[in-house]
Amino acid sequence: MAIMNNIEALRETLRQEMERDPRIVITGEDVGPRGGVFRATQGLYQQFGEKRVIDTPLAELSIVATGIGMALTGYFKPIVEIQFADFIFPAFNQILSEAARMRYRTRSDWTVPLIIRAPYGGGISGGLYHSQSVEAFFAHIPGLYVVAPSTPYDIKGMLRAALQLDDPVLFFEHKKTYRLIKGEVPEEDYVVPIGKAAIRREGDDLTVISYGLAMHDAVKAADMLAAEGIYAEVIDLRTLRPLDKETILASVKKTGKVLIVHEDNPTVSVSSEVAAIIGQEAFEYLDGPITRLTPPDVPAVPFSHPLQDAFMLNPEKIARAMRTLAAY
Amino acid sequence: MVTKVIMPQLGESVVEGTITKWLVKEGDAVKRYDPLLEVSSDKVDTEVPSPVDGTILKIVVPEGSTVHAGALIALIGQPGEAMPEDVDEAQASSSKMMSTEEAPRPKSDHGKQKDIGFISPVVARLAAEYQVDLTQVKGTGVRGRIRKKDVLNYIKQREAQAVKEEALPEWEKPGSGDLFKPTTMEEYAPIPAPPKPGPKPSAPPPAGAPHSPPPSPQPPPPSLPGDEIAPLGRMRRLIAEHMVQSKRISPHVTTVFMVDMSNVVKHRYTHKERFARDGVKLTFTPYFIAAIAQALKQHPYANSSWSEEGIVLHRAINIGMATAIDDGLIVPVIKHADGYNLLGLARLVNDLADRARAGKLTPDEIQGATFTLTNHGTSGSLFASPIINQPNAGILGVGAIHKEPVVISQGHPLLPDPEDYIAIRPVAYLSFSFDHRILDGATADAFVAAVKDILEHWTE
Repeated sequence: MAIMNNIEALRETLRQEMERDPRIVITGEDVGPRGGVFRATQGLYQQFGEKRVIDTPLAELSIVATGIGMALTGYFKPIVEIQFADFIFPAFNQILSEAARMRYRTRSDWTVPLIIRAPYGGGISGGLYHSQSVEAFFAHIPGLYVVAPSTPYDIKGMLRAALQLDDPVLFFEHKKTYRLIKGEVPEEDYVVPIGKAAIRREGDDLTVISYGLAMHDAVKAADMLAAEGIYAEVIDLRTLRPLDKETILASVKKTGKVLIVHEDNPTVSVSSEVAAIIGQEAFEYLDGPITRLTPPDVPAVPFSHPLQDAFMLNPEKIARAMRTLAAY
Repeated sequence: MVTKVIMPQLGESVVEGTITKWLVKEGDAVKRYDPLLEVSSDKVDTEVPSPVDGTILKIVVPEGSTVHAGALIALIGQPGEAMPEDVDEAQASSSKMMSTEEAPRPKSDHGKQKDIGFISPVVARLAAEYQVDLTQVKGTGVRGRIRKKDVLNYIKQREAQAVKEEALPEWEKPGSGDLFKPTTMEEYAPIPAPPKPGPKPSAPPPAGAPHSPPPSPQPPPPSLPGDEIAPLGRMRRLIAEHMVQSKRISPHVTTVFMVDMSNVVKHRYTHKERFARDGVKLTFTPYFIAAIAQALKQHPYANSSWSEEGIVLHRAINIGMATAIDDGLIVPVIKHADGYNLLGLARLVNDLADRARAGKLTPDEIQGATFTLTNHGTSGSLFASPIINQPNAGILGVGAIHKEPVVISQGHPLLPDPEDYIAIRPVAYLSFSFDHRILDGATADAFVAAVKDILEHWTE
């Protein structure tokens, strides 16, 4: 079984799926001959040609809008790349008002099988315009699937699962994990079902719910705490809409304590929703306050290195929060 | 540190208990889990173990007093240790509670809340589910808060202790002899009022009432020289109370059916060994319980209770089985008897009967009967007129299973038929006493006929 990092897994899956399905078309800024700024599409232009791997103008509205148009024809399965998730907002209206609502507005006569890939997240010294987490805006919208896979295995399995759907999928990739996270990727075909969380580590003292880069930090923190005799269960949500209530509730019912960790702003975020579900459906199982750990609620990931470090989560910060909750 | 010994809650619906006996006195050294006192509620006696190692500093509640669960009953600590200030107050409130029925909840309730800290939802739920007295649980959370783990550990320990108790030889004894020991008619007869010693002669017992311990065939005349008084135990008094009360509450009518037990007897002898291999002694009782449970489903009024608002039809079929024990009679309850197969029922019957005789039933296990079975036949009794176990609508008595000549006829039920013949069959009489407020002769007979039909056509 091949060991790949996240970007390799993504690229290989795109290549395999394009070979298999001629309807798949990739569009985006610099995705063509240059292979994308993160090299996600490297070699695909050369292999599949200019009609299937298309460079676009620097205009996210039109990237998404043309993607929706292609998807509506039924002849294409567009995978569009937003170079940095920070740039997605010009296309927000297209995603919200058109892509997400098409099926509802036409009583399922028309659907938008579109995948919007967007690298997100900080810790790469990208400053205000290249570091943001934007998933909560989209997780709010009925009609979209929002996923945030963060392992090579999941990237392949969830991209393949997304390609089987007839509805728009926001495919968020934490850009710091692209080369940081490596893992085995089976050659054979498999899917990781959308809407199903993964338990990365089992434990019964507390549950840590996370996704993306923070999830990897949480696993490290859980390893540190295991040495102290505190056993945490770490859940990787993977899909942010719809949330895997079953896995969340089962774990919280087991442990009675829950820490939700993510890099996005705390207010009206994925953790708000997870906390609400637990508060409502597992109240009688709680043995401590539903706790959240996120960066401070400030407008953006700061550019200054010390401030960026202060802003970003890391295993030590997560371990501290876990210890406090475990001792409660 | 001084540890408070708190009156435990003996069962889900049991809120108070009587301290029948202190097994220790002030100044005694005790070890954790040593029995401190005996508490009884209704018919069940329980020992309360010491929560800690230490010395009994003070016994707050004396023998014979009835207190609510949660009340402070004793203090344990090191010799000479200063006592907490609220003891007198607690003592005052508990003695107040003893003196009057509608005494306010003890003030110590408030102190208890303060002592055990914040109770999280899961701790509250587990405590309710497993009947954990949280004052007994040591908290290891922030500021001594009781955590989920602490409750789970406590429950685990308690279970381990229970298992240890089960391992006592008494528990390992297999059920001996017949399921029900012979019961005498005494349990159905009104109990004479306790004779008062002294110059004033006591009233003669009601005519025809045999006295309990029956050494002589004649009821003793009042105040003859050499008379002895057998003191009334708690059990005897309770039985007397229940029986008199039941006769006063319900107009009793008893109807008797004969049932051909051939199929059941065959079935039992065929399957006895197979059950024995599963460690289950197969008696006739589970057959009767199974038949009753099924018949009650068809005749819901037999599984009901009288109330002024109307007849309460019980959905649950909880069958009490009157069980003779050394000093009287107790009725453990098979909850949801309709939910078990014969093996399950047999296992439950064995377990409940064994533990009834060992005095190890919990208060919850003798509550909630919606119908009662009494097996008076083990003493050879053919039929009886059992007294209803209130607030049931009826009680079914099973007489001795014995062989009788029976006329077998396929022809006219009454006119002579050349094919008629006499066979020897195992039969039993079912005596059903019912509350005539709820059931009439026809409805009661329909129920017993259903039981009879199920038993006579037993196949499984």
